[in-house]
Amino acid sequence: MIQISVFLENKKGKLAEVTKVLAEHNIDMCAISIADTTNFGILRIIVNNPEKALEVLREAGYTVNTTEVLAVEVPDRPGGLHRVLDILSKGDISVEYLYSFVRRPAERALILFKVDDLKAAKEILKRENVSVLTEDDVNGL
Amino acid sequence: MMANKKHHKSWLKNEEAKSSRNRSYYGIKEGVVEMYWDKAHECMDRQQLKELQSRRLVETVRRVYHNVPYYRQRMQEMGLVPEDINGVEDLHKLPFTTKQDLRDNYPYGTFAVPLSEIVRIHASSGTTGKPTVVGYTRKDIITWSELMARTLVCGGTTRDSVIQIAYGYGLFTGGLGVHYGAERIGASVIPVSGGNTKRQIMIMKDFGTTVLACTPSYALHIAETMEEMGIKKEELKLQYGIFGAEPWSEGMRREIESKLQISAIDIYGLSEVIGPGVASECQYKCGLHIFEDHFIPEIVDPETGEVLPEGEEGELVITTITKEGLPVIRYRTRDISALNYEPCKCGRTHVRMKKVLGRTDDMIVVRGVNVFPSQIESILMEIGETEPHYLLVVDRVNNLDVLEVWVEVSNRLFSDEVRKLEELNRRITNEIQSTLGLSVKVKLVEPKTIERSEGKAKRVIDRRKL
Ligand SMILES: [Zn+2]
Repeated sequence: MIQISVFLENKKGKLAEVTKVLAEHNIDMCAISIADTTNFGILRIIVNNPEKALEVLREAGYTVNTTEVLAVEVPDRPGGLHRVLDILSKGDISVEYLYSFVRRPAERALILFKVDDLKAAKEILKRENVSVLTEDDVNGL
Repeated sequence: MMANKKHHKSWLKNEEAKSSRNRSYYGIKEGVVEMYWDKAHECMDRQQLKELQSRRLVETVRRVYHNVPYYRQRMQEMGLVPEDINGVEDLHKLPFTTKQDLRDNYPYGTFAVPLSEIVRIHASSGTTGKPTVVGYTRKDIITWSELMARTLVCGGTTRDSVIQIAYGYGLFTGGLGVHYGAERIGASVIPVSGGNTKRQIMIMKDFGTTVLACTPSYALHIAETMEEMGIKKEELKLQYGIFGAEPWSEGMRREIESKLQISAIDIYGLSEVIGPGVASECQYKCGLHIFEDHFIPEIVDPETGEVLPEGEEGELVITTITKEGLPVIRYRTRDISALNYEPCKCGRTHVRMKKVLGRTDDMIVVRGVNVFPSQIESILMEIGETEPHYLLVVDRVNNLDVLEVWVEVSNRLFSDEVRKLEELNRRITNEIQSTLGLSVKVKLVEPKTIERSEGKAKRVIDRRKL
């Protein structure tokens, strides 16, 4: 799953400027998270058309990168997220950050994970029968 | 017809070789090819050199006193007569000449010969108002060609080189200056001038260019355009780059050298003094040899004008001692450098000036420390930024100078992880602090935060109310 990351100064109205650019180009966001410090922020989004998002945001003058993240389906019940984290931890995989989707089907939580070893994480989760979603799965939502 | 032409050319080259064979010296030392154009002068004994400089200085002072009303007036104001100047040791007594002084005498007021003796006129673009006009006599053009031949040979050019001159031709001294020097050596000259990068690359590839002469920033632009076009450095025959006309950092040198797989040589000059051909790096790249049989350099405190001891950083001041058309006495270059008189491994005895660190115009003094934007630029390039955009903001808080450095975060430096960006911020801070010996606050900012005027970015904002 491709995530778009945007560098933002920690100033009023900066986020709205980005969402405006995306809206103007009909780019739909299905997950969003902001990490911020006193000086700057990092906007992380999952969109329906990452290539176009990258292009239009760079054109608008933003510092933008793409990162590969894992979209994991977690049962929406107590302990659901814990189980996934536990599997990753036992597999010696560090989670750099995580956040959830805005939209989701009933009874299922979709969580995005940025991990240090993507390939290993995918294998371990597969072994434990945790489903990892692809772009198509997400776009179908 | 083609064959004829070719034959004709090689015949010319042989003739040229005959006349210059006695002058150049080729040898190999520590794996570096050593070449001199004019060994007798370039490796002259320093005592003899000093005597030569003194004789030429005395003669120059006498000439400007009698031929240039401007210089006569300045010397009279200081109570000086030509007889007061008996050698290099008296140089400090003479008045400085600034770019403004030349401009005030626009266009020909500081020429030392009648216009009938002038065979070439160049001008340097002024950012404000009128340009500075410089004139060359026939002999000046010969001197300049000789000095440019020295420069190019110093940088690796030989009569077998194919040199592409991508400096601008015209009023700017870069293009024609390099051109005359390259022809003097007998290299094959491609006078392409600046601009049209894709065509430059096509020519470089098809004509088998071995030496590229242009500004360092243009060289980097060529390298980047090549990447975009999918042309690999291996497809070129480039060996050397002769780069000058603007200050550039060691980081930029490494970038150009790895991208074009060449040896990048720094050359120095300014039109008011002669154009390119004032100083050049040799193959050891440890400072630029100033051609001291034609120019006397000094380093002065940019604020007080006081001559600084050997090795100290300050403003480079140059006196020409062989020029006829426009001799300049103690010309304030506004370039920051330092002089090193230690013998160089290449065998040249001429003093080496440190790669220009920046301009006095850009210098700021923070808590007593001289700070140049170029120092920050080098650090950012060191960290991996190719075209750093940054701004130094100085303010005074509670009677203490505070220096903030704003750095635009490029796609190259950006990370989606907070930890990594904070690490980047810390790294830049530490590097700047250890280089400047000053505490600074680094702020990462969005692209285009820093104002760009006509492509040239403003590097300093001084908010102190001094
Ligand atoms: Zn040397």
